[in-house]
Amino acid sequence: MTLTAVPGETLGRRLQEAAPDAVIEWDESAVWVRPESIGTVANFLRNDSETDFVFLNSISAIDFIEYFELVYHLTSLAKQQTGVVRSRVYGREEPSAASVFNVWRGADFQEREIWDLMGIRFNGHPNMKRIMLWEGFDGHPLRKDFL
Amino acid sequence: MRCITTPENMLSPEGAFGGNPLFYWIYGLAAHLVPCWLAYVIAGLVIMLILINAVLLGAAIVSWGERRLLGRFQNRVGPNRWGPFGALQPIADLTKLITKEDIIPYGADRLAFTAVPVIMVSSLLVATAVIPFAKDVALVDLNVGVLFILAVSSLTSIAIFTAGWASNNRYALFGAGRAVAVLISYEVPVVLSLLGVVVVAGSMSLGDIVVAQAVPFFLVQPLAFFVFLAGMSAELNRTPFDVAEAESEIIAGYHTEYSGIKFALIQAAEFGGALFVSGLIATLFLAGWAGPVADWLGWLWFLIKTFIGIFLFVWIRSTFPRLRLDQIMAVCWKFLMPLSIINLAAVVLEVYFLRDASGTLSTSDLWIMAGINMVVAVVSIAFFGRIIRQKIRNSSRTMTASAPMVRGVPTIEVG
Amino acid sequence: MTIRTEPMTVNVGPQHPSTHGVFRVRITFDGEDIVEVEPVLGYLHRGSEKLAEERNYVQVVTLTDRLDYTSSMINNQAYCLAVEQLLGIEPPPRGKYLRTLTAELQRIASHLIAVGFFVQELGAFGTPLMYTFRSRERILDLFEMLCGARITVSYMRPGGVFSDTPPDFWPALDQFLEDFEGELEEIENLLLNNEILMVRTRGVSPLPADVAINCSVSGPVLRASGVNWDWRKMAPYDAYDQVDFDVPIGSNGDNYDRFWVRMQEVRQSLRIVRQCIAQIEPGPVRLELPLVLRAEPGAEAYGRVEASKGELGFFLVSDGGVSPYRCKIRSPSLINLTITEHLLLGWKLADMIVSLGSVDINMGEVDR
Repeated sequence: MTLTAVPGETLGRRLQEAAPDAVIEWDESAVWVRPESIGTVANFLRNDSETDFVFLNSISAIDFIEYFELVYHLTSLAKQQTGVVRSRVYGREEPSAASVFNVWRGADFQEREIWDLMGIRFNGHPNMKRIMLWEGFDGHPLRKDFL
Repeated sequence: MRCITTPENMLSPEGAFGGNPLFYWIYGLAAHLVPCWLAYVIAGLVIMLILINAVLLGAAIVSWGERRLLGRFQNRVGPNRWGPFGALQPIADLTKLITKEDIIPYGADRLAFTAVPVIMVSSLLVATAVIPFAKDVALVDLNVGVLFILAVSSLTSIAIFTAGWASNNRYALFGAGRAVAVLISYEVPVVLSLLGVVVVAGSMSLGDIVVAQAVPFFLVQPLAFFVFLAGMSAELNRTPFDVAEAESEIIAGYHTEYSGIKFALIQAAEFGGALFVSGLIATLFLAGWAGPVADWLGWLWFLIKTFIGIFLFVWIRSTFPRLRLDQIMAVCWKFLMPLSIINLAAVVLEVYFLRDASGTLSTSDLWIMAGINMVVAVVSIAFFGRIIRQKIRNSSRTMTASAPMVRGVPTIEVG
Repeated sequence: MTIRTEPMTVNVGPQHPSTHGVFRVRITFDGEDIVEVEPVLGYLHRGSEKLAEERNYVQVVTLTDRLDYTSSMINNQAYCLAVEQLLGIEPPPRGKYLRTLTAELQRIASHLIAVGFFVQELGAFGTPLMYTFRSRERILDLFEMLCGARITVSYMRPGGVFSDTPPDFWPALDQFLEDFEGELEEIENLLLNNEILMVRTRGVSPLPADVAINCSVSGPVLRASGVNWDWRKMAPYDAYDQVDFDVPIGSNGDNYDRFWVRMQEVRQSLRIVRQCIAQIEPGPVRLELPLVLRAEPGAEAYGRVEASKGELGFFLVSDGGVSPYRCKIRSPSLINLTITEHLLLGWKLADMIVSLGSVDINMGEVDR
């Protein structure tokens, strides 16, 4: 029994049926969705019997200067498959995305950490406070322009 | 001899110092030089000084011995740097603690905070006064010795509670609350177990109790011995009953805020307490100074038996994890309590039927009692042990893990 | 008559004897019962992810040592796997086996610490801890023979391990395995059926499987809740597809199960170590790679291992430079802390410490 990676295309087509507005594009490994609809997408992916992504491995945020990219690594324990959902967040002043806190409780600290270190605000997170640094810290250290 | 009250009168067994020969000797010596009352005071002070120093020195030795023993139990060396086998370690510790800054935390009740170490040490010293260290060698052989010890040694718990309250520290407060809860729980079974000893010995005087032990009482009343040992573990704040200063939970419990000389005194009281309780166990259950050539070597037997007690405590400490507070109360009330009642009932019945016309028990009577009580002990410990095991296990299984969040001020309804 | 009582808020940590480092949790007690929990993190935050962006691919290995300093071998392994995925290379077989072997030894060491401190927090005064540390010291001595360091090993490199074993390593390892058999038995006899330990931990702070999964919990904590999920089985890396081992699964997810799973995993790790010794063959231990590694621009890799605390993942993004453009660390300890509130609410002060100990967090990894 080994793990299979669900191709981005399969995910994308499946998602398009459920949430047509959310999907932007896909490649062989991942599917890109709109940041404001991540919550809907996550909810669908977790509850859909095809995908069954009950386990959120990690949320990563990458600063590509023009935009931030959020990467969600997901796993289905029953179907033994993994999938990757990504999202581009534009804007450096007030970037924000939808929270998946209500879908996966495990996103709690990770979203707080991304807000703390990368400065992406997650709408719908009940406790959007800094986690590693103290309140009042100036800037977000993991951004490429933080010196 | 200018004294109005002659030494002979005053030093009779009914007198204040109960026939202590050393006192007699000092008193006689001093009475030649100074007025009578002064000689009396001097003799008393000297003998108290000897006792105090002996107890505190004993506490230092116990602290070193305990650490060495713990080291052995735990696959390590223990203190071995200063003096032979590290035996001077307590002096080094004491020097360090005395020279440290003596901090009284902000917001603490200064008077109560300072009084606590004094109360702890003095209650320990007062309690040791009645222990017979050898044949006829006790500071005072009170005829209510057992009662006296119970009363005085409970002072420690009050001191602990005071410490917790006075420290202005929440961990200390936790420790204080726990100490009181444990005190209330263990005190009753301990008293009941001692009643059995008193019934068989026919006296509350510790000297008489030693004499009465033709057969050591840990054989005659194994249940009482067991309950007393467990209760004293709780009194000494040792595992498995050391919730009051549970290091991994509440830092150091009631003495979290103590430092310097106050901490040294608290430690002295703790190790001295271990020494005292071991001496008590030796006296009450291991026949104290009794042994071959007791007239001359009584002190040796007493020391050996005391060491057995200390070793037992260290052994238990290094082996068992700690029980939770509610589990300790369950053990005390539902396990030790019935055991001590069974012991008392069995002893009373046996004494009633076995004693002869003059009300005394012969050695063979004691052996018969030992035989019966052994069986009673094994059966009742197995029986109640099984019950308490089920109860404790069930209680932790049925506890709800998802209590609702409580905000604001909850209230408890009383009455 | 009504007696008014007040809830009391206590800061447990960052200076507390048993919060595993500088973990701080603000707890409101009602008497001894916990009614509110708020973990406060960040006292050991060193910005490892930012530092990794300034160092080249090989230098980052030393940073990973300092994440979970009780299992640095496994951290090395996770990072090296990610870099290898990024570069599309694979270490030689002997390198793979050496990695598996050292990682399993490290797992034993880490679990021994976890178990020792777990029992220490139950109030056993030092004895079980000293017993477990006795064996752990031996493992660290073995690491010292391998790479000269005991804790911050930096033994593994992208493309294999740093160097082959010294000749006296194998006899020492055999001797250790022989001795450890008895030592482990001693620890198991002391702990597994200890009445007080069972009474204190059975049924305390249970974690249902669905909660565990939803909170992204991983590692022994997840398996103790009855979820059969081990990355060594699911996505075998290094030599794990060559060795045979079982995955111990708990049933209730209570403190005892978490402790039990770790004890059993030590046994399974021993099995893996033995198989590695039997299967390992001479050969190169490391690929010949340039001193400074460069990956394709835009390349990405998510390397994950089953670390002693859970799933440890490194998400590397390359921009073609000599250092990772982004190095995200998925640390099991941080994410396992999500369940803190679930574990603690409604339980007592004494259980709090034990439950936190049973999750086995490491602050170096939580704060990074």
